[in-house]
Amino acid sequence: MRTISELQAIKDAFTAKRQDSKEIRVIIGMGTCGISAGATPVYEALRDGARKMGLDNVTVCPTGCIGMCTYEPIVEVKVPGKETVTYIHVDAAKAEKILRYHLRDGIPVSEYTIGGDCGSLTELDFYKKQNRVAIRNCGIVNPEDITEYIYKDGYFALAKALLNMKPSEVIDEIKKSGLRGRGGGGFPTGTKWGFAAANEADQKYFICNADEGDPGAFMDRSVLEGDPHAVLEAMAIAGYAIGASKGFIYVRAEYPVAVERLNIAIAQAKEYGLLGDNIMGTDFCFDIEIRLGAGAFVCGEETALIASIEGFRGMSRNKPPFPANKGLWGKPTIINNVETLANVAQIILKGADWFTSFGTAKSPGTKVFALGGKINNTGLVEVPMGITLREIIYEIGDGCPNGKRFKAVQTGGPSGGCITTENLDTPIDFDNLVAIGSMMGSGGMIVMDEDNCMVDIARFFLDFTVDESCGKCTPCREGTKRMHEILDKITGGEGTEEDVETLKELAQNIKLTSLCGLGQTAPNPVLSTINHFENEYIAHVKEKSCPAGVCKALINFSITDDCKGCTLCQRSCPVQAISGSLKKKHVIDQDTCLKCGICMNVCKFNAIVKE
Amino acid sequence: MNKESKCSCGGVISANDPRFEELKEYIDSLKDSKGITMPVLQEAQRIFGFLPLEVQKFIAKEIGIPVSEVYGVSTFYSQFNLTPKGKHKIAVCLGTACYVRGAQAVLDKLAEELDINVGDTTPDGLFTLEATRCLGCCSLAPVMMIDDEVYAKLDNISVIPGILQKYYEQRLPE
Repeated sequence: MRTISELQAIKDAFTAKRQDSKEIRVIIGMGTCGISAGATPVYEALRDGARKMGLDNVTVCPTGCIGMCTYEPIVEVKVPGKETVTYIHVDAAKAEKILRYHLRDGIPVSEYTIGGDCGSLTELDFYKKQNRVAIRNCGIVNPEDITEYIYKDGYFALAKALLNMKPSEVIDEIKKSGLRGRGGGGFPTGTKWGFAAANEADQKYFICNADEGDPGAFMDRSVLEGDPHAVLEAMAIAGYAIGASKGFIYVRAEYPVAVERLNIAIAQAKEYGLLGDNIMGTDFCFDIEIRLGAGAFVCGEETALIASIEGFRGMSRNKPPFPANKGLWGKPTIINNVETLANVAQIILKGADWFTSFGTAKSPGTKVFALGGKINNTGLVEVPMGITLREIIYEIGDGCPNGKRFKAVQTGGPSGGCITTENLDTPIDFDNLVAIGSMMGSGGMIVMDEDNCMVDIARFFLDFTVDESCGKCTPCREGTKRMHEILDKITGGEGTEEDVETLKELAQNIKLTSLCGLGQTAPNPVLSTINHFENEYIAHVKEKSCPAGVCKALINFSITDDCKGCTLCQRSCPVQAISGSLKKKHVIDQDTCLKCGICMNVCKFNAIVKE
Repeated sequence: MNKESKCSCGGVISANDPRFEELKEYIDSLKDSKGITMPVLQEAQRIFGFLPLEVQKFIAKEIGIPVSEVYGVSTFYSQFNLTPKGKHKIAVCLGTACYVRGAQAVLDKLAEELDINVGDTTPDGLFTLEATRCLGCCSLAPVMMIDDEVYAKLDNISVIPGILQKYYEQRLPE
C-alpha cells in the first residue's frame, strides 16, 4: 500500500460488491454482551442454515456491540431496496424461522421483530438522541475484516496524515479540536502529544490504555471488539505525530474477545502495509504489540501501567517526571485511552471544526456512556457533551424499571460520586460533573432507585478500592481500609454518629495525601453519599434502620394480616424459614430467615413487609 | 529445598516434567523482547494451571531475575493463582451494575451451598468460588459464569442449587 488511490480501489471494490442488488446482509451483534446472551448458536444456525439451503446471496456478518444490550441477541436483516428488519431476543429456533420465511421466501417474521412499524433500531428513541463518533462502526462493520473498515473510510486519515501533513500539523489539528482524554482525567490530548513531540530521544513509545477497570463501564471493550482498526489507525497517527515507532496496547486479560479481534486486526493491517515498516511508502515505521493486564485496577494509572509493561508490580510513582518526558524504559511515552483514540481518525479526516461542532466549548465532541443498573434500556450510548442527565436517563434510558422512583445516578465509578434529582438538568461535561461533586471518569453510569441503600453503595466502592490499592502509600493502603471498616460497622448496625464524622475527616486526609489518582479519589463515593444522603447515614447510626431495606442487620421481614395462606412464600423460601398451613396466616422464623426477599417478591397479596 | 512440589490436587510437578520444556520454548521465543515477566507468568499459568514455587523458580532462572521479583509480581496481580483451582470456576460478577441488582445475594447463596468462603475451593476440588469485577454483560445482571457458561438474570437465587446439581451429575462417571 503506497498511495491513497490504492486504498480508494479497495473501498470501490467493496462498494461495488455492496451495491450488488442481490446481496442480503444479516448482521448479528457479537460483542461480549451479545455472546453472553446467546449470540453464538444463533450465528451458527444462520450461517450453516443459509449454506444448507443454498442461499448464496446471504452474507451472515458478525459485528460488535450494537449498543442495545437489553434486546440481545439482535439480528438485523438488510434486503436491498427494503427497510432494515431488526429481530430481538433471537435464539436458534427463531433463527431457523427467520431463515426459512424471511431469507428464503422474503416474508419477515413480524412476531420476532422489535415491534410496531419500527423495523430499524435507529428509529427508536434510544438512538435518536445519539451521535456516534467513537463507536460509529460498532454494530455495523465486521471487526474481523479490514476491507469493511476501509469501506467506512478507514485508514484514509492515516494516509492523509502521512502523505499530506507534517507531524506538527497533526498535533495542531488535534489541539484545535479540543479533544480531551476520555479515560477520566480530561487532559487535552493534543497538548499531551506536543510534550512528547518536543522531546528528542532515540526511541519513544505510544501506549493505548485498554485496561478498562471501572466496574460497570464497557465502552472501551465495545470499541476494541467492534472496531479494532479505529484504535490501530489512531495509534499509528499518534506515533507519527510524536515520533514513536513502537506502540503497546495494554488490555485487560478479562477481555478475550477484544484481544482476539485486536490480534486479527494487527495481522491484517500488517498484511495491507498499514502497520510495520515504511507505511504508505514513507519513512514512517510503526509496530504494535499487545500486552495483557492481569487484574489490577491501579494499572489504569499511567505510571503503574508503565511499571506493569516493564514487568514489575503495577505500582504508581511520583510525577514529575511525567511519562511524556520519562516513561516506558525511561523514554518519552504517551498514553491515551481507547475511546479518546477512537475519535482521532475522524478528527484528522473531517477536521477540527467538524469535531467542535458537537459538544460544549470546553468539552467538544461526544462521550460514550455505559448505562446500567436500575434502568430500562441498559446499553451503550454516545451523546454530544452538554446533554443533560435527564435526557440520558429518561429519554434514552426510559427511566427505572417496575415504576420505581429514581434515587441517584453514579458516575465516575470508584472515583466518582452520586448525582441526585436536583442536578439532573445540568449539562454534562468534564467540568460541570466535577462542580456537582462527581466526575466523568470513563463513562460508567449506574442508575439507582429507591431500593438501593447509599451507605451500602459507598461500602461497595470502598471494598473495591481496598482490594485494588497497590499498597505503596500509607494514606491509600491504610486509610481506605479504616474507612471500609467504619462503613462495615455502620451497615452492620453498630455505627455511631461519631463514625460519620471520622469518615469525613479520614476522607479529607486520604484525598490530600495519597500518591496517585486511585487514592486521591477513593473517598469520593463516601463524601458524595454523605453530602447528598446524610439522612440515610443518620438513620443507620441513630435509629438503627436502613431506609432502603438493604442492610441485612437492620431489616426484618414479616407477614401481615393480608396473608391469605396461599403457601407460595413458604414454597419459595430457599431455607424453609416460613411456616403455616393452607388458608392460614404464615409466619417467618427470624432466626432462619436469610433476608433474601424472595417471599416478598412472590407474594401476590403484598402481605409481606420489610421493616 | 525439595526437587518436587506437591499440589493439593494430588499431582506432583517434578523437575523433569515435560511442561517445563514447553514453557522454556515460549521464553526463548521472547528473548528479544523487554519486560517479559508478565507474559511468561501468564503462559506458565496456562500450561500448569497455577504457579507453584517450582515454576516460579524456573522462570526466575530462565529470564535472569531474582525469584523474589517473580514472586512479587505473581502475588500482586489477582489473575495469578499460587494454589490449584477447582475443576469448575464459578465467577460471580460484582461489577456495580450487578451489585445494585443483587449480586451479593447470589454470592452469599453460592458460598452457603458450597460451604466455602469466596476465593476458596471445595474440598473435593470440584468448584472454586470467586467474585470478579465487571464481566461486561450489564444488561444480564445479576450474572455469574461457571467456566465459559453465562448464567444471567439470577434475581431468584433459589435456582442456584439446580444449576450446581448439573455439575455434580457430570462428575459421576469418574
